[in-house]
Amino acid sequence: MSDKEKSQIEKQGSTRRTFLKNSGLAVGGLILGGAVGSMFDRNSEIGVKTEQKSQTQANNPNEALMFFYPEEYQTTAAAAERIFPKDDLGPGAMELNAAIYIDHQLNSGWGVNEKDYKLGPYYKPEPTQGEQNRLYRKDLFRLGLKELNTYSNKNYKKKFTELEANEQDEVLAAFEKGKASSLSGASSSAFFQLLRTLTIEGVYADPLYGGNKEMLGWQMRKYPGSRMSYTKEIQSKEFLKLDPNSLQSHMKHS
Amino acid sequence: MAKKLPKVPVVVVGMGWAGGIIASELTKAGIKVVGLERGKERDMSDYLMVHDELRFQHREELMQDLSKETITHRNNQKMRALPMRNYGTFIVGEGLGGAGSHWNGQTYRFLPYDFEIKSLTETRYGKNKIKSDYPIQDWGITYDQIEPYYDTFEKMAGISGETVKLYGKRSNPYPTGPMIKTPVLAEFEQAAKKLGYKPYMIPSANLSENYENPDGISRSACQYCAFCENFGCEYGAKADPVVTVIPVAKKTGNLDLRTYSNVTRILNDGTKATGVIYVDTFTGEEFEQPAEVVVLASYVFNNVRLLLNSNLGIPYDPKTRNGVIGKNYCYQVSSGYSSLYYNDREFNIYGGAGALGIEIAEFTGDNFDHSDVNFLHGAGIRTTQYGNRPIANNNSPIGTPSWGAEFKKQSIKYANSILQVKSQGASMPHIQNYLDLDPTYKDVYGMPLLRMTYDYTAQDRELVKYMAKVTRSIAKKMGPDHIDTVAEQADFNVNTDTNTHNTGGVIMGADPKNSAVNTYLQMWDAENVFVAGSSAFPHNSSFNPTGTLGAFSYRAAEGIVKYLKKGGSLV
Ligand SMILES: Cc1cc2nc3c(=O)[nH]c(=O)nc-3n(C[C@H](O)[C@H](O)[C@H](O)COP(=O)(O)OP(=O)(O)OC[C@H]3O[C@@H](n4cnc5c(N)ncnc54)[C@H](O)[C@@H]3O)c2cc1C
Ligand code: SF4
Repeated sequence: MSDKEKSQIEKQGSTRRTFLKNSGLAVGGLILGGAVGSMFDRNSEIGVKTEQKSQTQANNPNEALMFFYPEEYQTTAAAAERIFPKDDLGPGAMELNAAIYIDHQLNSGWGVNEKDYKLGPYYKPEPTQGEQNRLYRKDLFRLGLKELNTYSNKNYKKKFTELEANEQDEVLAAFEKGKASSLSGASSSAFFQLLRTLTIEGVYADPLYGGNKEMLGWQMRKYPGSRMSYTKEIQSKEFLKLDPNSLQSHMKHS
Repeated sequence: MAKKLPKVPVVVVGMGWAGGIIASELTKAGIKVVGLERGKERDMSDYLMVHDELRFQHREELMQDLSKETITHRNNQKMRALPMRNYGTFIVGEGLGGAGSHWNGQTYRFLPYDFEIKSLTETRYGKNKIKSDYPIQDWGITYDQIEPYYDTFEKMAGISGETVKLYGKRSNPYPTGPMIKTPVLAEFEQAAKKLGYKPYMIPSANLSENYENPDGISRSACQYCAFCENFGCEYGAKADPVVTVIPVAKKTGNLDLRTYSNVTRILNDGTKATGVIYVDTFTGEEFEQPAEVVVLASYVFNNVRLLLNSNLGIPYDPKTRNGVIGKNYCYQVSSGYSSLYYNDREFNIYGGAGALGIEIAEFTGDNFDHSDVNFLHGAGIRTTQYGNRPIANNNSPIGTPSWGAEFKKQSIKYANSILQVKSQGASMPHIQNYLDLDPTYKDVYGMPLLRMTYDYTAQDRELVKYMAKVTRSIAKKMGPDHIDTVAEQADFNVNTDTNTHNTGGVIMGADPKNSAVNTYLQMWDAENVFVAGSSAFPHNSSFNPTGTLGAFSYRAAEGIVKYLKKGGSLV
């Protein structure tokens, strides 16, 4: 690891500590009324002004939970942030609302594998045969979140959200390798892959789905989103940076 | 008991390109056709909100609903086949237009070499060049004989392109000029030219200009909107059955289109079909549709599965090599490629189109000497510009972690600074690669699923190694800061391989002993059954299949008209 990366992780770690202190989560035990409000206050981490925050919330009723319980949401937000962390390029998964996105996806037909083949029997697959897993995605994810905490408690005597960034990375790496306990028959790596996929989607899917907040995910990589025509741009030798458009801009002509 | 409906001249199973073309030609000729399609009705207005990468590409909105049916797969006969539970490869179409609604539109012809591959290979390299476990065979038709049908297909679809010297002779130039040669494609062009190759623009069904086809259908030019493959085209610029052949068929008043109608069996006495049984996918009600002629156009997998589930034709047996249904299943090999990373150049690769690309012909078919290589045929080497959507495209040099700080940094750094030189290689049949019925798994209607026994062959692996080197040599000339080349063909993996070109299983030929249909796609064993689609290809070329399956669909339609008049075998 380069020094730069190290200092980045340290920086994130210390921001995290401040965040945890502010949100009252680090105290352990029962979370009391006062802490609950700040639990959803992702913005406290980046220090956005309160007026702005309350306005966003008023504008966006979509920023609420339909699947997760609050602690699950916290764990998801923290884990997603490690997959796609904030850095000098721009916001990470947490700020981009990837966890809101994940919450909504797991509550959709996709969360219950509606378009997957689900008839039995189930056998252990060879590596070339894809997942053969009875669990719904929503349940796999929920069990995975629980196991993140169990594993963290066992190895670090703390919940996942209380760990330093580098410790969280260690936990996630163990999951990636399938080293955590089996999740009702599914490997912890299946959970990790789901987390990774969902995080990337939550960062880059159309904001209509609840993530990619204010299209900042797209902006970071100079992706213009959904526009009607690129005939001019594809002919240009110079790189043309365009402001992103979301699918909402197509409602005009639908 | 199935409810018996009045008899019709023709029933078509599946309304994609194959079914759509046949329905359109027959209804234009005044023949009544019932079109049965298991999926949704569609028209162009369905495409107005498709610029949604998540919904259409990653949630496969337009693809087959796997909860109803899938395929099972094993790499070899020693393994137990297991169902592909989610996508995966083989994103099979469903709904009016089939995969023709969400294809890229790269529309090639196969080579003269393809149609006579066995004879031409043996003439040039001797009898021993084709190993005995590769059942490579001539198609029973020559390029010159199928050429007029290619011409018809291309005019209907308005294919944009330029004539290529190394390919088969054309009776007419492409109906529309090539797509725009973008600066990205020019990079490939210059490099390829330096190496002595002659790059050409990929023939495209994304119209390069406004076009009116011989059926009187007008469509507008492509806007390079970058939501093409996996998506429908809101401009109608991409040729799609929904904006070409199906409206023509509907206008005749002779098409009785029934969506949400899933065919489960072909009624037959072993020598002739009397009709089909289908299920209303909502109510579960069963219907019997009697017909003079049954056309299967339900894609490779269901063409084979419906025949096997209906005891029609003799199933292929890999032990004895007898039988034909399920034989010569082929795929394509696209694992040899190079990724080019630039440190301080950015390209407008957020824009593009499904068939926007440039390619060289020098390594296709038998256009280079195969004396010293352990494979036949070849690959198209190319660079494409589809439009890099952000969920699907997070590329970084090999060795970069797949998540975390470094992943983010690198994938964003190269988001607009990566190009690729890819290869798409031909796939030769092997005696151990075949399709049959799964002994265990069923669809929601209780019918056995199709079982695929398939892995890449030694020939495929050799081809990939060879082509990877070619991609690297061009990549080097393009001068990026870093090149990664993938040169190994891993084992076939049903959930990670991404080529969508399946062929074989109901192959054509001149001899009923080693083929299932003649070159009109009429079954040898049941003369009133026609089986259309790339299931009819005895091997797969290096080109995308739809131009060829379109051409043969026109030929099949011609054959059906003749058959309805005179009956009997068409050859
Ligand atoms: C993402 C993608 C990109 C592609 N790009 C290209 C390209 O650039 N160039 C190219 O040449 N090819 C391309 N292809 C392949 C191309 O789409 C297919 O070759 C072509 O569309 C197949 O046409 P078809 O009519 O044979 O089958 P399909 O289009 O699959 O149509 C079959 C129809 O039959 C219906 N059906 C199936 N079973 C039943 C049943 N039991 N009862 C009733 N109906 C049934 C299906 O719902 C479907 O609508 C691409 C494919 C995909 C998925
Ligand atoms: S890229 Fe062109 S052909 Fe493809 S969907 Fe967009 S406008 Fe249509």
